[in-house]
Amino acid sequence: MAQSQNSPLATPLADRHAALGARIVEFGGWLMPLQYTGIIEEHRAVRSRAGLFDLSHMGELFVEGPEAAAALAYALTTDPASLKVGRAHYSMICFPEGGVLDDLIVYRLGDERFMIVANASNAGAVSDALAARLAGFRVVLDDRSLATALVAIQGPRSAGTMAHLTDVSLDGLRYYAIAEGRVAGIPALLARTGYTGEDGFEVFCDVADAAAVWDALIETGTADGLIPVGLGARDTLRLEAGMPLYGNELGRDTTPFDAGLGRVVHLSKEGDFVGRAALEKARAEGPRKKLVGLVVRGRGIARHGYEVFAGDRRVGTVTSGTQSPTLGQPIAMAYVTLSEAEPGTIIDVDIRDHRVPAEVVPLPFYKRPA
Amino acid sequence: MVPQDLHYTKEHEWVRIEGDIATVGITEYAAEQLGDIVFVELPDLGRSVAQFAAVGVIESVKAVSDLFAPVGGEVIETNAELAEKPELLNSDPMGGGWMLRIKVADRAQVDRLLDPAAYEALTSEG
Repeated sequence: MAQSQNSPLATPLADRHAALGARIVEFGGWLMPLQYTGIIEEHRAVRSRAGLFDLSHMGELFVEGPEAAAALAYALTTDPASLKVGRAHYSMICFPEGGVLDDLIVYRLGDERFMIVANASNAGAVSDALAARLAGFRVVLDDRSLATALVAIQGPRSAGTMAHLTDVSLDGLRYYAIAEGRVAGIPALLARTGYTGEDGFEVFCDVADAAAVWDALIETGTADGLIPVGLGARDTLRLEAGMPLYGNELGRDTTPFDAGLGRVVHLSKEGDFVGRAALEKARAEGPRKKLVGLVVRGRGIARHGYEVFAGDRRVGTVTSGTQSPTLGQPIAMAYVTLSEAEPGTIIDVDIRDHRVPAEVVPLPFYKRPA
Repeated sequence: MVPQDLHYTKEHEWVRIEGDIATVGITEYAAEQLGDIVFVELPDLGRSVAQFAAVGVIESVKAVSDLFAPVGGEVIETNAELAEKPELLNSDPMGGGWMLRIKVADRAQVDRLLDPAAYEALTSEG
C-alpha cells in the first residue's frame, strides 16, 4: 500500500509531467504535478474549455461477489444495493464513532461487482478497513490502486474531445454513470464524474496504458484548447464548486452531518452498518457546527486553519481558502457555530493577527451554466 | 543569468542600491516558485525596518510568504500599482513588480547581501 512506502510513488505519467515542465510536489504519498503553466490559467481552461488531469494517485478498490452489495452497505454509509449497474454515487466510510474515514465514489460495474475510488492519502486505510469489514461476506476485495491509472478530462469541451476517442455512447453516459469500453483503443472504464464543477470524464485504465490515453487526449484536445492541469487548480476548482476535501472539510472529528452531507448517510437502509448507532445519535442531536462558504470582504486570503470570530468570541475555523479565479475574490469554507451560519452574517477571520471581515454565503460559489 | 547590477538575499529578494536608496523586489526565481500572485501587503510609509525583518506579505493562489527587508532603514516608497495588479510580480518581478524603497540606514549592511554569482549558485542547487 502507498502509505507504507518510505519514498513517494511516481505515477505512470511522471515522464510526461517532466517533459511538460510541471512543478512536482509530494501529495498523499505520491509525486504529483502541482502546476504546469500556472494555477489561474489552468483553472480558467477547465471553466472555459477543457483540462487534463493525472489522478493516478487515487485508490481503486474492487469488491466482487454474491454479497458485494450487502457487504458494502455494511461497510459504508450509503446503500450501494440501490445503485443500478452502470451508475455511481458519492459515499463515505465512517469510523464506528461516526467520524469520516474517507469520502468515496462507489461505481456499480455489475450485479456483483463494484469499484470504490478513495483519496490517495487514505487509500491504504480504506483498503484495510474494507478488508476487516468485508470479512464474513462472500466477496473478494481487490486493491488495484497501484495497477490502475486515472486520467480525467474536465470542462465544457470534454465531451467533444472524448467523442472522438471512445466507442462508448456519451449521450447515454449521464452524470455519475460509468461504462466499460475503449478510449483511444485502450480498454478502460469511462465515468462521467469529476471534482471540478464542470462536465467531464474520468478514464480508469491499466497503468501500462496510461501514457497512450494521456497522449491521445492531449493530441485530440489541444486544438479545442485543452491543457494539462495540476493539483493546484484541482483544489481551486473544487473549492469554487463547494466540494469538500478530506483533511480540510472532512476528517475523523467530523460527521457527514457536520459537513452538510447527511444525504450520504442512508439511515433507512436495512441492517446494521459501521457507525450507524453514532450517526443516528448525531442526526438526532443535530450538528454542532456548520460548514459555510465565506467571501472575504477585506484584504487578504483566509486560509486553512485560520480562526473565525464574532466580536471577541471564537466561532469557528477556516477549512480551505484561496483567491477564486472565477469570482476574482478571496473565498473560503469554514466550520462555524450554528448562530453564525446564516448567509449574510458578517464574521471576522484572523488573517495574520488582523481581523478581516467576511460574509457567510451559500455554497457552492460557482455553478456551471445550465 | 540574474542581473549583474543587483544584490540578492537567500530569501530571494533583489536589491538595487542607488545612493542611499535601496529598491527591493522578489527575484524571477521566487516569482516562479510562488506561482500566481494574487495579493500583496506592503509596509506603511515612514516605518523603520531592521535588516532581514519581515516587512510584507505575498499571497499566491497556493500559499502565503513573507517579504523580508534586505537592508534596514526607513520605508520611503511602496509600489502602489501592486494593490490593483499583483500579477506584475509574476510578469515583471525585476522591473514593474518592484515592491518598496528603503532609505538605507547603514551602508555596511549591503555587504551582508549575496552578489549575483552567489545568488546564481543558490538557485541552481535545485
